[in-house]
Amino acid sequence: MKSSVIVFPGSNCDRDVAVALEKFQIKNQMVWHNDLSLPKSDLVVLPGGFSYGDYLRTGSIAGKSKIIKEVIEHAKNGGLVLGICNGFQILTETGLLPGVLLRNKDLKFISKNVYLKVTNTNNVFCTNFKKKNVVEFPIAHNEGNFFANDNLLNKLEDQNLIAFKYCNNKGEINDEANPNGSSKNIAGVLNEKKNVLGLMPHPERVIEPLLSGKDGSLLFESLLK
Amino acid sequence: MKISAIVTLKNDVLDPQGKVVSQTLKNMGYKNISQVRQGKYFEVHLDEKNPAKCKEVAEQMCKKLLSNTVIEEYKISISE
Repeated sequence: MKSSVIVFPGSNCDRDVAVALEKFQIKNQMVWHNDLSLPKSDLVVLPGGFSYGDYLRTGSIAGKSKIIKEVIEHAKNGGLVLGICNGFQILTETGLLPGVLLRNKDLKFISKNVYLKVTNTNNVFCTNFKKKNVVEFPIAHNEGNFFANDNLLNKLEDQNLIAFKYCNNKGEINDEANPNGSSKNIAGVLNEKKNVLGLMPHPERVIEPLLSGKDGSLLFESLLK
Repeated sequence: MKISAIVTLKNDVLDPQGKVVSQTLKNMGYKNISQVRQGKYFEVHLDEKNPAKCKEVAEQMCKKLLSNTVIEEYKISISE
């Protein structure tokens, strides 16, 4: 499997995710945002960070960068796209994913571990979560408050496009387990074709038990199937 | 000509910054405030003399970049 990680000015999780991909034998290439063509890839990753200093709205400027046209084309042709944190924000700005990420409800940057319930395991990113569907990932964001209007939220539920929800360690989805005010505790969503996933938590930071945990490995292992 | 665009969150979208500003103003003694909504203001200077064309370009800019129409709305005015 081949992947490309897109690097924007201000990306800071690009190398972390590259290490994660390589750990799972995914052949990765870094691609600069100003490049006009995407190398042949099965998976494109938009990494976390603060692309363009979060100017205007998080992800908005990156969403108009030169390489993004190619990423949209790749997604439309069925190629896989994974957006983590700022990458998720960029995907909503491009329209590849629905909704938008607002400032956290309490206006604070949140950096901590959270529990997630994997609410859809029938997609290429999440098949391995069948064996463990409550996992612990770190979050680190200021704008992670997923917002969509009621029609869209109903559609996401009906079509089973919500991949991750914030929950407690027992897997219960409630207000107390919601760190940032996200509608319906949403932490990650899929597009209709389920080839594009965006999530605020960082799977690439939990791939090494010695350092932090290994729940994130389940996502990368799912991709290999 | 000059395009002025004001971008604000739609009414049904939570505006935590606006809430904090509202609370602070109340604490300062402005008790009769019912709501504060915070937004962004853009000035775009355009080499174009036709106001109708300016308006059209401004609409496109607001739709494509200056606002995210999922959560925001915009108001445009054109001046010399």
